[in-house]
Amino acid sequence: MIERIHNQKAWIMVLPVILLVAFNAVIPIMTVVNYSVQETFGNNVFFWEGLKWYEQVLHSERFHASMTRQIIFTSIILLIEIPLGIAIALTMPRKGLGATLCLVLMSLPLLIPWNVVGAMWNIFALPEIGFLGHFVNSMGIDYNFTQQPISAWVTIIAMDVWHWTSLVVLLSYAGLSAIPEAFYHAAQIDTATKWQIFRYIQLPKIKHVLTIAILLRFMDSFMIYTEPFVLTGGGPGNSTTFLSTDLVKIALGQFDLGPAAAMSLIYFLIVLLLCWVFYTLMMRNEAR
Amino acid sequence: MAKVRLQQVRHSYNPDVGDKTEYALQHIDLTWDNGGAYALLGPSGCGKTTLLNIVSGLIHPTEGKVFFDNQDVTLNSPDQRNIAQIFQFPVVYDTMTVRDNLAFPLRNRKMEPFEIEERVKTVAEMLNLSALLDKRASGLTADGKQKISLGRGLVRSDVNIMMFDEPLTVIDPHLKWQLRSELKQLHRRVGFTMVYVTHDQTEALTFADKVAVMFEGEVVQFGTPEELFLRPNHTFVGHFIGSPGMNLLPCELDGGFPVFAGNRIKLAAPITQINSTKKIELGVRPEFIKIDENGFSIKVNRIDDVGRYRIVKAECLGQNFNVYVPEGLEIPTENLRVSFDPQHTHVYCDGWLQNKKEPS
Amino acid sequence: MAFEFRDLCKKEYDVTLIAPISMKLKPGIFNTILGATLSGKTTLLRLMAGLERPTSGEIWHKETNVTNLPVQKRNVAMVYQQFINYPSMSVFENIASPLRVKKIPENEVKSRVNKVAELLKISPLLERRPTELSGGQQQRTALARALTKEAELVLLDEPLANLDYKLREELREELPRLFEESGATVVYTTTEPSEALLIGGFSATLHEGKITQYGQTQSVYKDPISLTAAKIFSDPPLNTVKIEKNGEGIFLNGGEHWKTKKFSNIPNGNYTLGFRAHHLKLDPSSADDLKLPGEVLVTELSGSESFVHVKTNEKIWVVHTHGIYNFKQGEQIKMYLSLHNCYVFDTDGSRVYAE
Repeated sequence: MIERIHNQKAWIMVLPVILLVAFNAVIPIMTVVNYSVQETFGNNVFFWEGLKWYEQVLHSERFHASMTRQIIFTSIILLIEIPLGIAIALTMPRKGLGATLCLVLMSLPLLIPWNVVGAMWNIFALPEIGFLGHFVNSMGIDYNFTQQPISAWVTIIAMDVWHWTSLVVLLSYAGLSAIPEAFYHAAQIDTATKWQIFRYIQLPKIKHVLTIAILLRFMDSFMIYTEPFVLTGGGPGNSTTFLSTDLVKIALGQFDLGPAAAMSLIYFLIVLLLCWVFYTLMMRNEAR
Repeated sequence: MAKVRLQQVRHSYNPDVGDKTEYALQHIDLTWDNGGAYALLGPSGCGKTTLLNIVSGLIHPTEGKVFFDNQDVTLNSPDQRNIAQIFQFPVVYDTMTVRDNLAFPLRNRKMEPFEIEERVKTVAEMLNLSALLDKRASGLTADGKQKISLGRGLVRSDVNIMMFDEPLTVIDPHLKWQLRSELKQLHRRVGFTMVYVTHDQTEALTFADKVAVMFEGEVVQFGTPEELFLRPNHTFVGHFIGSPGMNLLPCELDGGFPVFAGNRIKLAAPITQINSTKKIELGVRPEFIKIDENGFSIKVNRIDDVGRYRIVKAECLGQNFNVYVPEGLEIPTENLRVSFDPQHTHVYCDGWLQNKKEPS
Repeated sequence: MAFEFRDLCKKEYDVTLIAPISMKLKPGIFNTILGATLSGKTTLLRLMAGLERPTSGEIWHKETNVTNLPVQKRNVAMVYQQFINYPSMSVFENIASPLRVKKIPENEVKSRVNKVAELLKISPLLERRPTELSGGQQQRTALARALTKEAELVLLDEPLANLDYKLREELREELPRLFEESGATVVYTTTEPSEALLIGGFSATLHEGKITQYGQTQSVYKDPISLTAAKIFSDPPLNTVKIEKNGEGIFLNGGEHWKTKKFSNIPNGNYTLGFRAHHLKLDPSSADDLKLPGEVLVTELSGSESFVHVKTNEKIWVVHTHGIYNFKQGEQIKMYLSLHNCYVFDTDGSRVYAE
């Protein structure tokens, strides 16, 4: 009764965005939903299938396999990138020229287009002529990411760490910069060790920022497509075929629109669910 | 507990610049006796926090030395000096309980657990925190957190000096009274050397036995609250202490006595005649101007009533000054005449107090 | 030009921030709202400004209901505790900003800004950025901006709280005169009773979202209508003691009986006596004074005055007296209180007018 919209003009400003979002997001999603409940043999003839595709996908070995691969991948990524990012942020200088230099260096990997990152690492890691590939092999380690699953995994993880740790670094750095000097002074007066300072002052104070970093890295790594695709194409075999790669193979490779649509919706819902869980945990932590 | 001495301390944040104005601290020579309560009072930017940080070891002075009990600690780090510092805003370890917060410095010094228990219990009781010992520190109010900061300093028996950097800044006004008197009682009880930095004169004067008034990097006067009030050495001290501060009226000298607005003002004793090119001012606090039928007449611009007393905004030949009138005393509506108390009227030359001749 | 609240109320998730308030602001002068931190002062100001919508109730201005008017349409200027200025604009541009919104021609902008800058003594700083200025100068810039707007309602939310003691004194002197000329209704919030008294005008005491008293500052100070209002308006804190009145006099809690002819017009029963720290004296002023013993906890000396914190059998009292009295901790002293200076409050906190 008291609340009223006072500025009608505001809606006109939002209209272009609404149209854009509608065309690029809402309508495509509706199309996908449409496909996921129907079967087609071509010629634009569709038969209603109901939830058959969903059941098929959820019971398929292939889906379970790529899901498992995806979960392992995301876990490893988080376990490496988060601590590494914090560690780097802790060692970066707080002010002066060194600080600016470090910040620029840290930002560089984030600015490179993702498919270029994949291509870079592809060449970089080639066993015969790539810098890294040649170096590792010359050390006596048998390394060939195009043929060995382990090597492929290691290379993809190394690439992702190189590409995305900077994000964690920058976020942690921002969080650390916000801690007032007085806390360090007090810790010094209390003769606290460096570890105690980290555990009792720094870590609690960057908790909020860190949660955002974890959430972002989780989401991005769970949906990863471009870099592994350019690097290994999903191979050798399907050892590095994660969820998105698999999805694209089914949809565009086999042109099985039905299962592909169902799978992509399941995928979407999983990410949505996990993000919601994460968000609720974060909010609950804050309220405490 | 220690006697702290600052010798010829000067500090600049840009030591390469030789300009005098770049120095945050110009020239400090100060001694704080063992077990005393002291204050550093001054406006923002006067250098008081810089001085505090030099004493605590967070900054090393550009020039000069710091002595704790005759031992040169100028280049020692804070943990080597055995000091305790309470900051402007509460600094507590949020994830720990109150008990763990208080025990933290002792555990780091590898004290015996049962001894730590004892000390924590004693200090918590001193600060009225006993009921909250097992609560998480982050859940306390601002004054509770400040008490934890205070407690972390009190648990240690080896503290040479305890320093407070405007500690009541974030405290609710109605709790400030309580905390202030608790601090004072604490000092009486533990007897640590304590130094309190503030811009609030009430906090400084009520806490300290002796106050160092600072202005633009120098200690202008170092004395008891009474001395600062009754005999300010410098017009800045006169103005800064007292609410409202001392009245400063330009005057001329005639035979050792000041002449203001045509009236010869009586002093306790005459002062030596000074070269008339310097700036001469008459300093008298509003509290020492009395309503006197035989005095000189003034014009009343306004009367402010603060309940306990009133301030008369007076004017005489273009010069404005304040007169303090206690509650209950009548202020004549017309023809108000006042006189200045000779005992408490001073003459300042270029800002500095002129001494009166001793009576022969 | 009067602003009026009718049953203004603000609730958030079942927590009442502002209990229903009905009051008429006095135009053209300073209306001080005095209250402890978190008593609702800022919420009230935000409601007045239109930054928040009340849960119920109305705000009226000059016979118009402005409750639903958005902030931009209200003629309001606000100055905050944290010196808020546009950091990327010069001081001149900061002060000129409300005029630029109104599309005032350039030379008028210049003259008005210069006039206000002179009033606030910041003329030499016009080309600087706010970040280069000291706290006092930044707040003067914010005040200048509020003054330039020539709004009918000026809201000052503890504007001096973050300033040094002496700067606060200085600005406090200047504030009333600054806004006098504009004839605006000024609302000023503070936690310090002495500030309210020095500014004068009208005052309202706010406690937990309720306005407990509103009137001329001096009357609210000298004549509180409730224990809460008296407590808010006392610094040092109000001393209280529970008494029981019978036909011949009063029993001070603790048993001692004092024969007195005062309070003869009120019925026998339990009351609370409230008196300010400076009315508790160390020397008797008349034979009728109550003699009260106590134990000294600590004495605070402040140049020319002493605050003596004394423990009596149920409470801690503060004696605020002229002169230096350096009592030792634990010393037994006697205090004197004249019943003329006491306020009598009923058990529910309301004032009882006892002769």
